Amino acid sequence: MKKLLMATAALALGATTALAETKIGMITTLSGGGAGLGIDVRDGFMLAIKQSGRDDIEVVIEDDQRKPDIAVQLADKMVQSERVDILTGIIWSNLAMAVIPSVTAQGKFYLSPNAGPSALAGQGCHQNYFNVAWQNDNLHEAAGAYAAEAGYKNSFILAPNYPAGQDALTGYKRMFGGELAGEVYTQLGQTDYAAEIAQIRASGADSVFFFLPGGMGISFLKQYADSGVELPVIGPAFSFDQGILQAVGDAALGVVNTSQWNKDIDNPTNNAFVETFQTEYGRLPSLYASQGFDTANLILSALDKAEVSDADAFRDALRAADFSSTRGAFKFGPNHHPIQTIYAREVIKEGDVYTNKIIGVALEDHADAYAADCKM
Amino acid sequence: MSALLIIEQVLNGLQFGVMLFLMAAGLTLIFGVMGLINLAHGSLYMIGAFAAAAVAGATGSFILALGAALAAAAIAGALIEITVIRRLYGKAHLDQVLATFALILIFSEGTRWVFGSFPLFLDIPDYLSGPVTLPGGIQYPFYRLTLIAAGLLVGLGLWFLIERTRVGIQIRAGENDREMIAALGIDITRLYTLVFAIGAALAGLAGALVGAIQSVQVGMGEPVLILAFVVIVIGGIGSIKGAFIGALLVGLTDTLGGIFLPELFKLFMEPGAATQTGSALASMAIYILMSLVLIWRPTGLFGARA
Amino acid sequence: MIPERLVNAILFAGLIAVPLCALVADEPFTITLVTRAVILAIAAVGLNIALGIGGLVSLGHAVFFGLGGYAMGVLAFHAQTYTPLNLGPLTIAGTKSMPLIWLAATAISAFVAWIIGLLSLRTSGVYFIMITLAFGQMFFYFAISWSTYGGEDGLSIYVRNGFPGLNTLIPIQFFGLSFIILSVVLFLNARLQASPFGLALNAARQVPARVETVGLNPMRLKLVAFVVSGAITGLAGALFADLNRFVSPTMFSWQLSGELIVLIIIGGVGRLFGPVIGACLFVTLEHWLGGLTDFWHVFLGLILLAIVLFARGGIMGLLTGKEGTHV
Repeated sequence: MKKLLMATAALALGATTALAETKIGMITTLSGGGAGLGIDVRDGFMLAIKQSGRDDIEVVIEDDQRKPDIAVQLADKMVQSERVDILTGIIWSNLAMAVIPSVTAQGKFYLSPNAGPSALAGQGCHQNYFNVAWQNDNLHEAAGAYAAEAGYKNSFILAPNYPAGQDALTGYKRMFGGELAGEVYTQLGQTDYAAEIAQIRASGADSVFFFLPGGMGISFLKQYADSGVELPVIGPAFSFDQGILQAVGDAALGVVNTSQWNKDIDNPTNNAFVETFQTEYGRLPSLYASQGFDTANLILSALDKAEVSDADAFRDALRAADFSSTRGAFKFGPNHHPIQTIYAREVIKEGDVYTNKIIGVALEDHADAYAADCKM
Repeated sequence: MSALLIIEQVLNGLQFGVMLFLMAAGLTLIFGVMGLINLAHGSLYMIGAFAAAAVAGATGSFILALGAALAAAAIAGALIEITVIRRLYGKAHLDQVLATFALILIFSEGTRWVFGSFPLFLDIPDYLSGPVTLPGGIQYPFYRLTLIAAGLLVGLGLWFLIERTRVGIQIRAGENDREMIAALGIDITRLYTLVFAIGAALAGLAGALVGAIQSVQVGMGEPVLILAFVVIVIGGIGSIKGAFIGALLVGLTDTLGGIFLPELFKLFMEPGAATQTGSALASMAIYILMSLVLIWRPTGLFGARA
Repeated sequence: MIPERLVNAILFAGLIAVPLCALVADEPFTITLVTRAVILAIAAVGLNIALGIGGLVSLGHAVFFGLGGYAMGVLAFHAQTYTPLNLGPLTIAGTKSMPLIWLAATAISAFVAWIIGLLSLRTSGVYFIMITLAFGQMFFYFAISWSTYGGEDGLSIYVRNGFPGLNTLIPIQFFGLSFIILSVVLFLNARLQASPFGLALNAARQVPARVETVGLNPMRLKLVAFVVSGAITGLAGALFADLNRFVSPTMFSWQLSGELIVLIIIGGVGRLFGPVIGACLFVTLEHWLGGLTDFWHVFLGLILLAIVLFARGGIMGLLTGKEGTHV
């Protein structure tokens, strides 16, 4: 059992034993192919807890191996055995769908540092569920808005054939408004995109939008760059994250992507976060790290105002979102999903490191499309 | 859909098939000679890709990277043959499945232990990158043409090795009659290690070649492993010729299915639903192909025995 | 060496004692863990009929596990959304009643096992392994793309389904239910092994030609075994989905088929209680090693390797000093 007992810091200082009063359970992906994302969320989260200097918070961290049934089992363990007050950490939508409805129904708080499935933003919303990252459609909507503003008229769009992929294309189309030169669903986990690139070449499109998270995006970008097709590419931040950009290399240079965060957003919280994260872990923070960091700071801000045991007061404190976010201003909509500005970023090279720089605003103070369906 | 696009897609299917052949050839060779089901073949593919990425990162040379991939996979192959696989030859298929499944776990998490959780970088060298114009005006990536050529060359080399050399005679004899070849004074233990290392090196080469245009990451071997098994089962296990035909069939079915099935459904469905249904069916296409082949010929196209 | 009957009895007693102790110590999660082991054991006992007695190495039993899961998911989904389920000409209402769901899960799994068996039993050896894998992959990709029931996201059932007279949300009650089913399945398996059918099937695995000469059809024997096996694994799938209150395409994945085989080999192929030992050990390892290190798969791999290489006949073989069935 990996208990990161923050109380040990107090013990080391020779203080009397401080009993952990708030227990947070983190279920995230720490092994297997998608481990990079979970590690970033965890590290960002723990950095904020450490900086708070509080010795009355205990964080229990467990690895879900990206398997829904393991995640459900861990959630049972967190609730039944560890008796945590707050849960957080899940990266993937399908795991979130498996865990969140049942833990919130059991009266626990859940704060999502990454996944935001539409089912939990609309009719399935819950007063104890808060999303600190984004609703799944948001970044794709921003990409559509950016494409429309950039004057593109005819997009070729592609995503894997699974619910998040279908949401992505829906989100893009919602804001784009132009013609579609092609709409393609690829296989989940597909690694070769030669066939799709040939279709893009033949389609007569003036722009390409893709949502291919993780290794799929790396493969697509490398093959696209080598194909000689010169059309501009737009995508959500997931394929241009700090962790995987280094594996894409030159192929990603100049590509525009949309994100609610970047390391060059200029505010004191973000500047300090980027610096301390690098000192602490020796690498640049990613989008996911910033989301983990914000999630922890939101919890800390609410704990300053109310005890978790007083659920109504604690919920109000969370809803107020009275903390300084790495994204600057941060507030929740009526369905407990963020209303936030989403930026357009461009991939650049700083020395030897590939990273992003903000080139403009794609959507200002954007709320998700499902808030109206939420009856809380 | 223009004829040129169709030709380009056929090329894509061929290229995919040829890469699958590199994987499948080693797998089928190992099964044919030693009667071993090696689930860890995908791990050797991954080892090749990681070795290539590491060496390319350190030296900047793609040729050295390919050499490193071949060497690393062959050494890893020989090593597991001597320590583990050797004890499995006489055992039931079931034990082989479990032991090599265990090796997958060890290799995957071990690689993550050494290289970390993030994908590695491996790129096409400058002299192979960019598109070329083929007769008829098709723009096609040069690297993919190189892959087709490399795959065919390896296939030819393998044919030569098996049909025309002394080692090849021993391998073929080993397939047919194990006791006899041992009685003839050939060191069967060394022959087995050699065959296993050759199969492993082929997988490593495929991993490195494909790694340059894909993502070099932990777990990259498993999807390919399943496809390689589909290939050798369609072709008939133990038959190199079968593996070649099977690989091309699978490559073409997968690529062309992904393009044409959605188009086909658009004839009688609305486009959005057609794309989804077509893609769903396309991802099942090769498995449907495989079951049809097996129902028609229970030992594959060129399989001699079950 | 310990007699097999004694090992079985100890195991059986342990499976009852551990949850009861956990109940007294107020550790409900331990009960959940044991329930998980029990349900996986049911699935593996099912597979063991095809694999251990019939010699049919199926790498596609996740098909039935998943079908059972989805039978539960689909029926409960329609019950909780109050929408009827249209099956062509037939329209039925959803249900949250476990007995009905179990009936549906077993029936659909048995039917699909019959179809897959008819097609697959034409092949043998490695080809049989691969064709069952192919069917598994077909179902997996179909489930991923089937957006009506959540696709890759899966389906959440917020409240566990009901059983008359019980509150299934209480861990110990749901454990009791699963345990009784395991006992029934084990009893059936024991009777089956000793029955003329079981003996004939055993012979059909070892020397099919002799079975044929005495006028029995080995194909038909194997087909029946495959159908029974699939139905039991399907029932386990429905229970597993209810344990998690969630079903997703991972229940159809080839890794799950592989895990079921692993459970059997760890425990001992063809042994009545082999799958039970295997499931208990696997769940314990998963839980305990996973807590020790992020890289626990390496150690799991090493342990599995040691079992194949050094413990012939699995744990059961090690304890009793007798090798299991050869497949």
